[in-house]
Amino acid sequence: MSGIERYAAPRTLEEAAELLSAGGATVFAGGTDVMPQANAGRLRFQKTLLNIGRIAELRGIGESNGVVRIGALTTITELLESPLVRGRFRALWQSCDHFASDQIRNAATLGGNLCNASPAGDTLVPLLVLDAQVVLAGKPNGTLATRRLPLAGFLTGPGRTLRAAHELLTAVEIALPPAGFDSEYFKFGTRPALDIAAISIGLGAVREGRVLRDVRVAFGAVAPTPVRAPRVEAALEGRIADDAAIEAALEAAADEIHPISDIRASDWYRREMVRNMLQRMLCDVREG
Amino acid sequence: MSAKVEIDFTLNGVREQRAVAADMSALAMLRDVVGLTGTKYGCGEGECGACTIRVDGVTLNACLMFAVDCDGREVTTIEGLAATPPGEKLRASFVEHGAVQCGFCTPGLVMQASHLIEKNPGAGEEEIRRGIEGNLCRCTGYRKIIEAIAGAK
Ligand SMILES: Cc1cc2nc3c(=O)[nH]c(=O)nc-3n(C[C@H](O)[C@H](O)[C@H](O)COP(=O)(O)OP(=O)(O)OC[C@H]3O[C@@H](n4cnc5c(N)ncnc54)[C@H](O)[C@@H]3O)c2cc1C
Ligand code: FES
Ligand code: FES
Repeated sequence: MSGIERYAAPRTLEEAAELLSAGGATVFAGGTDVMPQANAGRLRFQKTLLNIGRIAELRGIGESNGVVRIGALTTITELLESPLVRGRFRALWQSCDHFASDQIRNAATLGGNLCNASPAGDTLVPLLVLDAQVVLAGKPNGTLATRRLPLAGFLTGPGRTLRAAHELLTAVEIALPPAGFDSEYFKFGTRPALDIAAISIGLGAVREGRVLRDVRVAFGAVAPTPVRAPRVEAALEGRIADDAAIEAALEAAADEIHPISDIRASDWYRREMVRNMLQRMLCDVREG
Repeated sequence: MSAKVEIDFTLNGVREQRAVAADMSALAMLRDVVGLTGTKYGCGEGECGACTIRVDGVTLNACLMFAVDCDGREVTTIEGLAATPPGEKLRASFVEHGAVQCGFCTPGLVMQASHLIEKNPGAGEEEIRRGIEGNLCRCTGYRKIIEAIAGAK
């Protein structure tokens, strides 16, 4: 029997932080993770149900001084419809295009996707490639305090992050990548629509002539959290994507991923998919 | 038992005030509290789209939405849409194209189709297919549904 004693839908971050500091709150934004998790008995409601969806300051996508700020309440549909996201963060846009269904995209928020911290969460992989930071705010001692963490450090395990119970994720910040930087997201599931990734790959780089610079690679669903792959990146950095470089990158990837077997795919299958799909993506880069 | 919360919202153009349990879904509220049973319960977990409603213009799965989150918003269900010219047009086209067999998926598909057509009046077959990704039909094989939506534009 769930026992929510109080419902609150504050309109300001101050009020929400105040309520969180009192403890014992279940936070929801779109509810697309909270509702099924509660129905399945995987989440037990706390005394206060806190709807953060009415806090206007957590909305919107904007750029200033070369940094793009995406509010935590931005929905996947809003990301898809943003010319800035489509133009500068192609991998993030692609991850939204392959996200669930229209109905879910209209409800699901970016903040919810990050705080739910699924190893297969679709926006996480491109945001790692984009070196995104998360902004957290809380009111531990009566005044609102904000801190920033790199996304890679924020994610600590399946469903686990460094967010403290009294904090909200308020925004994601992405420094505009250098001119010429392009990125790509690949998601493999078992059917084209409404599927959770069995594996996913994010790849980003600047191409100077045929040489790759600022190479960034991340994988989803092959470790307890989505991860960057520094050894794959090193194998490609400053090199031409020729057969030797691609083979070195694939070998590094095999060492860097730690997939498990579950209902969506076996460990072996995930390894094969990462190898073959990373190879395909790098061959596409080589062919330009 | 969870606390009851007073909410005040617009349902199919009419103001509604209701007391709902804090943990109740919008789908349970529509069906069991308000008594509008056009919105269907298929899976209860966002997979089938039988519970599709429109909230402030966009389509959502009512089974994934908290009833309390309807407070202050504009909710449209199939009963409301059916009474409008776009709803009439969709109904006629679904009938004309034989897009209804058992009919369980129909309200959700018609709701999603109304959103799709409004957002992208020029939608072609591919866009219609993608637009209804979140709606399952176990009878028709979708072809007639896609034709019905294309025919209602
Ligand atoms: C049928 C179905 C298909 C799906 N498909 C996909 C998919 O393809 N790809 C994918 O990545 N995900 C998918 N999901 C999962 C889900 O839709 C996403 O994770 C979504 O982004 C969650 O956002 P939300 O706003 O609905 O989160 P909520 O359910 O509201 O919250 C999720 C979690 O984050 C916390 N939270 C939310 N916002 C904040 C905040 N600002 N600060 C602190 N904590 C916060 C909540 O307390 C909760 O623990 C799917 C879900 C369903 C039901
Ligand atoms: S009942 Fe809501 S999507 Fe199936
Ligand atoms: S007509 Fe039976 S489920 Fe679609």
